[in-house]
Amino acid sequence: MKALDEEIKLLKSEITTMFLLIQAQMEKVNAAMINDDKALAQEVISTEKRVNAQELTIDRYCENMLAIFQPVAIDLRYVLAVLKINNNLERAGDILEGIARFVLDAEKPFDNKLLENTGIHKMFEALLVMIDQIETAFTNDDTKLARSMFIKDDILDKVNSSAVKTVAEYIKEHPENIEEALYIISTIRKLERIGDQITNIAEEIIFSVEAKVLKHSKYKKGN
Amino acid sequence: MYKIETQNINLYYGDFHALKDINLKLEENTVTALIGPSGCGKSTYLRMLNRMNDLIDNVRLEGKVLIDGEDIYRKNMDVVELRKKVGMVFQKPNPFPKSIFENIAYGLRVNGITDRKFIVEEVENSLKKAALWDEVKDKLKKSAFELSGGQQQRLCIARALAIKPTVVLMDEPASALDPISTAKIEELIYELKKQFTIVIVTHNMQQAARVSDFTAFFYLGNLIEFGDTKQMFLNPSKEETQNYITGRFG
Repeated sequence: MKALDEEIKLLKSEITTMFLLIQAQMEKVNAAMINDDKALAQEVISTEKRVNAQELTIDRYCENMLAIFQPVAIDLRYVLAVLKINNNLERAGDILEGIARFVLDAEKPFDNKLLENTGIHKMFEALLVMIDQIETAFTNDDTKLARSMFIKDDILDKVNSSAVKTVAEYIKEHPENIEEALYIISTIRKLERIGDQITNIAEEIIFSVEAKVLKHSKYKKGN
Repeated sequence: MYKIETQNINLYYGDFHALKDINLKLEENTVTALIGPSGCGKSTYLRMLNRMNDLIDNVRLEGKVLIDGEDIYRKNMDVVELRKKVGMVFQKPNPFPKSIFENIAYGLRVNGITDRKFIVEEVENSLKKAALWDEVKDKLKKSAFELSGGQQQRLCIARALAIKPTVVLMDEPASALDPISTAKIEELIYELKKQFTIVIVTHNMQQAARVSDFTAFFYLGNLIEFGDTKQMFLNPSKEETQNYITGRFG
């Protein structure tokens, strides 16, 4: 195996680690929110340091590859895509840490009915599937699977757009829980942004494999 | 009209089919890099453009080579005039065993120019175009061999430019030079393309990517791919091109 191929293999392994870290963080945040598990929320916050360290490791790998090997064509696109995917995953990690802080700071457990009605459960379910599938798409260069993220992201957008109305009605009925309701609105916004990070990753996978730029394209769902 | 156009080119060294059905069109004031593994035909193609292959025995050419729309292999073609118009710079710097001044003046004198003032001006202009004037202006009478390798190569470029070519062919012009001299040659190529059409053979993938507007990839006498350099180095159309430029060939 050429030196460059060895490096690409190592880089792939490191970014897979990053994917798995974020997946685990997402599972923990989901469980922490449902069960009001403050210890688990603290664990997510502590693990964020590891996510940041992994981001720096991957950045360094990419920088070395560019400096030493000056890759071109498919190898160059791969390194460029990994740099951006790394950044997207780190952002997702930040967002999950933010949600964990809500769980830590909330004075009482979140109303499970409200979580259900606002669609947060649905959002977490969708995101857990998406993060698993986008990791598979990346590992297997599967651009068809990557493209499926654009439609799946719609679920998150729908929940986000109807959340304000649902929560407003809840606040009218339960004014004593206004703080909790605000945390829930913020959580929905954050989960929607994680969905955006995953669609960004899908765009980078498609760029890496097919050299197609779908960023800012309105045609990506049919492309 | 394209500056250089080669149509259905087949070139043979005896029975060996060195170039196979090459069709290529090169625009004026551009730099085209010819890349490919050893023996692929890129230097043969380059030498065809100023009929340097005529100097090799048993060479047979089929097809047309047009420069400014004129067939350079037509019967009444003045090859000496062609080689003024289509200059060449070789891999190993080859200055004449003369002074720096005379290296450039010689070409002018051989072409019948006797006006001393004109010759002095043209020597200065050519050395300036080759980005060498500042380094040699105080030692024009010194032997060209006292210059470094990189300076000698720029002197050879100045020498070619003095007789007013429109096309400059470069066969691995920097492969014998250190990195700093190489960088100077590459900067020079970038400047020269404003006035000339340049075709460069190079084994250095990064050099091809840095200096050229277009790249042609040759393999076993075939033209595999030709296109915009940026596009070719980001997303080549052919798998063979990708394998070559990513170093996975063979």
